[in-house]
Amino acid sequence: MTIRSAVVTPGEDLRRPEISRGGRAAAAGPAGAILVLLLMACLPYLVEPGLTSELVTLCYLVTLASMWNLLAGYAGMVSIGQQAYIGLGAYALFLANDHGLDVYTGTIVVSAVVALVAWPLSYLAFRLRGGYFAVGTWVIAEVVRLVVVRFDSLGGAGGRGLAAVTEDPLLRRAFTYWLALGVMAAAVLGTYLVLRSRLGLDLQAIRDDETAANSVGVDVTRGKRVIYVLAAAGCAAAGAVICVDGLGVASPGQIFGVQYSALMIFMVVIGGIGTVEGPVIGALVYFLLDKYFAQSGVWYLVIVGAAAIAVSLYLPRGLWGTLDRRSGLAIFPVARRVHGHQGTARPETRT
Amino acid sequence: MLEVEHLAVSFGTLRVLDDVSLAIPPGQAVGIVGPNGAGKSTLINAVSGTGQVSRGTVRLAGRDVTHTSAARRCRWGIGRSHQIPRPFGDLSVFENVLVAAERGAGLRGRDAAAQALRSLEATGLLSAANTMAGAVPLLGRKRLELARALATSPQLLLLDEIAGGLTEGEADELVSTVLSLKQAGVTIMWIEHVVKALVQVVDRLVCLAFGRIVADGSPEEVLASREVAEVYLGGALA
Ligand SMILES: Nc1ncnc2c1ncn2[C@@H]1O[C@H](COP(=O)(O)OP(=O)(O)OP(=O)(O)O)[C@@H](O)[C@H]1O
Ligand SMILES: [Mg+2]
Repeated sequence: MTIRSAVVTPGEDLRRPEISRGGRAAAAGPAGAILVLLLMACLPYLVEPGLTSELVTLCYLVTLASMWNLLAGYAGMVSIGQQAYIGLGAYALFLANDHGLDVYTGTIVVSAVVALVAWPLSYLAFRLRGGYFAVGTWVIAEVVRLVVVRFDSLGGAGGRGLAAVTEDPLLRRAFTYWLALGVMAAAVLGTYLVLRSRLGLDLQAIRDDETAANSVGVDVTRGKRVIYVLAAAGCAAAGAVICVDGLGVASPGQIFGVQYSALMIFMVVIGGIGTVEGPVIGALVYFLLDKYFAQSGVWYLVIVGAAAIAVSLYLPRGLWGTLDRRSGLAIFPVARRVHGHQGTARPETRT
Repeated sequence: MLEVEHLAVSFGTLRVLDDVSLAIPPGQAVGIVGPNGAGKSTLINAVSGTGQVSRGTVRLAGRDVTHTSAARRCRWGIGRSHQIPRPFGDLSVFENVLVAAERGAGLRGRDAAAQALRSLEATGLLSAANTMAGAVPLLGRKRLELARALATSPQLLLLDEIAGGLTEGEADELVSTVLSLKQAGVTIMWIEHVVKALVQVVDRLVCLAFGRIVADGSPEEVLASREVAEVYLGGALA
């Protein structure tokens, strides 16, 4: 303890450091984001139900992308098995619904329950590294699917519809939309809050250099586990939204499909991995591509593929990552800035 | 403070460390010299928990830490620098050090920030606090390695070639920084090719060659010894 205080002789002025959260937008960014969310919340009163139905898709895409970004962008976990938790979220919602819980509260309960399932599974997944981890998560997803289809009450190998839903279709659409919006808001703002916390700094250190993070005392495994569980909860909520939106699941093969992982990777890479904003942008890009080109058959895939290739070749940091680098812009400022001590310092290192 | 016993490290069939035993009492500053590839960095990795150990034990303050994670060893008082700097490139210099103060030293809030700033001041990096670590040039990165290690409040500090490439004046500053740490009671193990800087700080010098300790004693003794002269083929060190 005596060593602690004596290690470096403190300059008087260093005892009261002044730290702010960087980015030019500072408080304006999050405030703006909340404003946008509030405006979006009013949409059911303002626009055709058709539009809000489409936005439900956008909302769960943003949610999924944000969760994959947390995993891969911050904790270096390239998972191709998040469909395990999307599917579990949807199926757990059936159970909650069967036990008389409405689908909206059900979604919250379901993500908590799936988080509890993900915790022990993380011990399994974390035994594997790198590529093996990726494949391992996929295997876990397949095993979860195989277990789920064994329950006939859940529809077995076929799909299943939700039993109890809001009767009035107009009201149901509005509720579904608010649910999807709420889940998205929680995912994006939750990511932001996590990143601003002490854990968030750990995660960014882990993202940049795992070995170095370890040698400055960051409990890397713990950080990863927390993220793994949070991402599972987020994906489960998205799965529940997908289930509510579709009034059930078409088939276990669909909701446990690896295509969700491909989608998440695409959105995050396009938008910018390792940023809060990137996945939102990526999801928006995919949403628009899907809306305007999905009818074009093979060309749709060509366009999506070309977009992915173009971005990874020319903008390896993704759309937002590139913008953010060039302009210092941040809607969700995470970085800390030190004020007032620059003048007291010795000259900076030369090149 | 530190006891290394019969330590062996192999990478595949390559035996990099072979039966190394070394005890460092609290407060002592030990310099490690030896030719390239002698296994010096491997020794630091084994002590800090970054690298694996094939055989032998590492004890910190009497506690066997051979199978303890690097993160926990850091929290128990081992701070280190990396020979090839490993900055958190997308974090600012300040944040690089802050995470070390928060996790390594277990500080929070303002205390952590103050500790981080003191470490930056001690290493002359304060004016670069808001620079992205990835944009800092090599010498600055080496300072950052030291700053990060300091921010963890180490009781045992492992330094791996931090003086290379410095001007005379910078080397003097570095020496006085490390000396003040020593005076504060920090135990130090310092790998350095710049022997001139090293001998101003250390009480004891260990020469490692081909994975074994070939000389161990006071700096004068070791530098004058026949073993060391042989290892360096007659005088690269003097
Ligand atoms: N992870 C590894 N895998 C395989 N071989 C390694 C590994 N790390 C080190 N080595 C080898 O072990 C030997 C000793 O390496 P080490 O880095 O400990 O040497 P050193 O004494 O620090 O040398 P230098 O003065 O050049 O830094 C070298 O031959 C190196 O190539
Ligand atoms: Mg070395």
